[in-house]
Amino acid sequence: MKILVCISHVPDTTSKINFTDDNSKFDTNGVQFVINPNDEFGLTRAMWFKEQQGANVTVVNVGGQETEPTLRKALAIGADAAIRVNMQATDGFSVAKQLANVVKEGGYDLVIAGRESIDYNGSMVPGMVAGLTNANFVNKCIGLTVEGSSVTALREIDGGKETVSTTLPVVIGGQKGLVEESDLRIPNMRGIMMARKKPLTVVEATETTPETTSIKFEKPAAKGAVKLVSPDNLDELINLLHNEAKVI
Amino acid sequence: MSVLVYTESEQGSFKKIALEVASYAKAVANQLGTTVTAVTINTEDTSALANYGVDKVLKVSHDQLSNFNAKGYAAVIKQAAEKEAAKVIIVSSSANSKYLAPLLAIDLNAGYVTNVIEAPESTSPFTVKRNAFTNKAFELTQINTDIKIVSISNNSFGLVENNAQATAEDFSPSIPDLTVTVESVDKATDKVSIADAEIVVSGGRGLKGPENWGMIEELADVLGAATACSKPVSDLGWRPHAEHVGQTGKPVASNLYIAIGISGAIQHLAGINASKVKVVINNDADAPFFKAADYGVVGDAFEVVPQLIEKLKAFKAQQ
Ligand SMILES: Cc1cc2nc3c(=O)[nH]c(=O)nc-3n(C[C@H](O)[C@H](O)[C@H](O)COP(=O)(O)OP(=O)(O)OC[C@H]3O[C@@H](n4cnc5c(N)ncnc54)[C@H](O)[C@@H]3O)c2cc1C
Repeated sequence: MKILVCISHVPDTTSKINFTDDNSKFDTNGVQFVINPNDEFGLTRAMWFKEQQGANVTVVNVGGQETEPTLRKALAIGADAAIRVNMQATDGFSVAKQLANVVKEGGYDLVIAGRESIDYNGSMVPGMVAGLTNANFVNKCIGLTVEGSSVTALREIDGGKETVSTTLPVVIGGQKGLVEESDLRIPNMRGIMMARKKPLTVVEATETTPETTSIKFEKPAAKGAVKLVSPDNLDELINLLHNEAKVI
Repeated sequence: MSVLVYTESEQGSFKKIALEVASYAKAVANQLGTTVTAVTINTEDTSALANYGVDKVLKVSHDQLSNFNAKGYAAVIKQAAEKEAAKVIIVSSSANSKYLAPLLAIDLNAGYVTNVIEAPESTSPFTVKRNAFTNKAFELTQINTDIKIVSISNNSFGLVENNAQATAEDFSPSIPDLTVTVESVDKATDKVSIADAEIVVSGGRGLKGPENWGMIEELADVLGAATACSKPVSDLGWRPHAEHVGQTGKPVASNLYIAIGISGAIQHLAGINASKVKVVINNDADAPFFKAADYGVVGDAFEVVPQLIEKLKAFKAQQ
């Protein structure tokens, strides 16, 4: 089985979010970048397939040279090869288009992406890749098995979960649950050494017209001070929630 | 040229988010000087849409669509959009809508924007404000394509009543080969889901162990709320993963979020910040969550919560 894992290079979850260029660009100054958490669960599941069933795992990112350390980290975790499509990611559609090119070119059976990236929260790349490559698509996937070309997936729905069956080729929108948090791997020294020798291929992007354009950013207004209620006066809390906030 | 809205139902009746997206569609239709057409799937009674500005309803009934299927539902909405020559399509942020919308976007060559929280800032160019960086920022985004798909963040626009006809018409689109099949659904029908909840009661590591969740569930029961938890609580196996909220869990955008024994780490706050009113119960007055809260009680959860339950029961009985 040939597996492609899409890796988004995102600010660490503790990052302070600031903007530059008249609030039109994300300020990367002092920001640590990591593998998008949803993608990390997918990558770890891909490693499971590689180790238990035999699979070849390639990771891919659409981005500039600055994303290469993130791809190297994925190689250190155990992926066999990496591809970087050289393009500054502007909108979800353009990214999906480039990924679809890679999928078609490489003939991957299983494509695992994260259900969303934690920076732009677009939630569209996996579905669009499936649409562009005519593959089956399972979103919010929290369990995945493949036998031959049959795929069984568990997926989260609002208020529960459902089991679906489909066939390869399939695109997965993954998240926590694909593997447990405790299964996530931290690259060890040997992995890091080996990653240096693994192929990281840079391919040029094909021309695409962005379907959406980011115009500007704004930070939420600062919050007013909290109103504290004494634990001995909980009637007051109920009163405030009922009469002031009007939420109960 | 109508604005098309996909109005979701469950067991034959509309979800609240369906009425919210209809309200949003009406606002866009007013800006564009056009009408609103809703498309419904396996929903018998569509009259409720008349209160939320829907002029026309395309009713689709099909056995093959009795379970949600992203490809099948996307095909239905696509054909409805073509029939109405719709240029703007509105969907919710439910798991199902977010599953089908990217497929629909590819099928229609439409630009697609998610997490939208307000009516368009302008319709030419078409710009909308959305949540980004997991609620740490807003982003103004322009959609450049002829056809536009907008997914509305739950509970952001609210319900806006507008009387209209909601004239229903049967619609029979063709259904493609459905290559993803639902084998089984595991859904608690007696519980409010986090996605649909108006109120969410959430517990953290401060509750010490899974045996102490009885009071959390009881508080949620009294309020008709969904239950949620912080990430370590689900990692420790005290609660199911489906309850994990935050940046790497589920987003919460309820009217009221009650956090009990949760410290308020940045990753937790990012995921729940879209909630309108936040109440924090924590015995540490320095817990960071108080800085993000509207109301706070500094106290021991094991004393405060049982009392709050009793007082709320009395309050509810009076209502
Ligand atoms: C990459 C990454 C992603 C993450 N994503 C998420 C996420 O999505 N969601 C999330 O929640 N976390 C997330 N975290 C974890 C986050 O950083 C915190 O560790 C976590 O939110 C803390 O959970 P907690 O508040 O339940 O526990 P703690 O931080 O241990 O806080 C427990 C609180 O309970 C209070 N308390 C103790 N006893 C009582 C009592 N008797 N009565 C009242 N209060 C009491 C304490 O004062 C304390 O404030 C993530 C972390 C990382 C690194």
